[in-house]
Amino acid sequence: MITAGCDVGSLTAKAVILADGRIAGRSVVRCGTSPEKSAEEAMGAALDQAGIRLDRVSRTVGTGYGRARIPFAQAIESEIACHARGAIWRVPSARTVVDIGGQDAKAIRMAADGRVVQYSYNDKCASGTGRFLEVIAEALEVPLWEMGDIAARSTERLSLSNQCVIFAETEIISLVNEGRETADIINALHHAVARRAASLAKGIGVEQSVVMSGGVARNRGMFAALGEALGCALLELDDPQINGALGAALMALDALSATGRAAGGGDGAGVAGI
Amino acid sequence: MIVGGCDVGSLTSKAVVMKDGKVLGAMLIKSKARPGESAEEVMNGACAAAGVERREIMFCVGTGYGRDRIAFVNDTVSEIACHGRGARWMVPTARTIIDIGGQDCKAIRLDAEGTVTKFVTNDKCASGTGRFLEVMARLLGVGLDELGELSVRSKNPVTLANACTVWAQADVIQFLNNGVPLEDIAAGINNAMAGRMAVLVNNLGIENDVCMTGGVAKNRGVLAAIEKILGLRLRAIRRHDPQLAGALGAALIAMDKTAGGVK
Repeated sequence: MITAGCDVGSLTAKAVILADGRIAGRSVVRCGTSPEKSAEEAMGAALDQAGIRLDRVSRTVGTGYGRARIPFAQAIESEIACHARGAIWRVPSARTVVDIGGQDAKAIRMAADGRVVQYSYNDKCASGTGRFLEVIAEALEVPLWEMGDIAARSTERLSLSNQCVIFAETEIISLVNEGRETADIINALHHAVARRAASLAKGIGVEQSVVMSGGVARNRGMFAALGEALGCALLELDDPQINGALGAALMALDALSATGRAAGGGDGAGVAGI
Repeated sequence: MIVGGCDVGSLTSKAVVMKDGKVLGAMLIKSKARPGESAEEVMNGACAAAGVERREIMFCVGTGYGRDRIAFVNDTVSEIACHGRGARWMVPTARTIIDIGGQDCKAIRLDAEGTVTKFVTNDKCASGTGRFLEVMARLLGVGLDELGELSVRSKNPVTLANACTVWAQADVIQFLNNGVPLEDIAAGINNAMAGRMAVLVNNLGIENDVCMTGGVAKNRGVLAAIEKILGLRLRAIRRHDPQLAGALGAALIAMDKTAGGVK
């Protein structure tokens, strides 16, 4: 049985092809101006990697910011549900997911079967989202994807006093003018973003194990800073950027399995431990 | 008796020189990297405008963000107290004061005697502060002082979907890309600004008369928008530049502090 998940976010579109309970293809592409095109591009790349044609995919679930505009999806699910589903499949002991995306941040607490118990969400304020990192990367003229490695060279612990991205940018420019090391500044930035995301998670109650998903989790500095801000060890999620798309593909599979069991009325959680 | 007030803010620094309850001279400059330098320059400017020597100032009060770095002041007083005092002197019936600074905004309530009874501030989020307008003016490629004039010409103001300055920038870029006229975007920006200020003022609770101080009080678009949202008329400040309220209040407090001393 082949299913697919497609997660069209604000900055990137992701797709996962799930064949017989394993990931056969995955992709991450940068979003263009059209969510439809971004979705098709991501799906095309994942299908190519899996060596599978679209007509062999039994069901596709769409999620993310642009989920309503994915032409080939049969159903859509919330990002919250997809991130929870993906995380519990990867790390069965996971009970809390902190997801930092390009334009939002989410904290999700879930039950052992991946059902969402409680969540909170910030898309009103850029602080605590990936955009914070992006704005400062631009100001410091360093590539976004190198920030984790640069921060690893930090030797002095600095602290940003501003939480607002706009004010923090000014504060960081002053730190640069004072001759502070870029590594120390980026490290301080990671801790500021992590503090903000951690306060979101603390609001819903953190239950271990905690995993971090979303593209920002690939930044080692952010991963460590979030663990410190939450006061507990984070578990790694393989390929955290595709977690939402993976969850969507799993939910497509769940739906088909439920239909397959049909008359008895399956609980939809039958495949939790594939 | 000659007194001075010096208000070193994040974006601009202001100084006022007063004698016997009258303003002799005032100055406003863009703040420098070091608050101490800003204070020196702006005070020298105010003295030159007043035609007095620095040493003739008997008492000087400092206020604003950089007040603890002003070498020459005899005392420092909070911005809240200074803005309350300055605004009240310009509008004697004022009971509620909205002050928008370069990176904060404050709403202050005064009792009948002019004593501060309550205040609320926002200096955590750039939205609703002068910085919001600065960022937006830069995006539109217009001067900060042009935003108001542009917006009053608007027929179809846009609505910004986001309060956060970072996200609102994306909204504005989209409007620009779609060819929306500048005046309509400017009006949307001023409306958003007024909306954020109104939240703060409503938290404080309004008592008439209401007046506005700070540089944003010179933006006609924001003034009109806030009057509409709050459903009231603001009392216009005409006696002096509303941006001088803090420095003026500092000078008035300097006068109080020396009252009863050498005349």
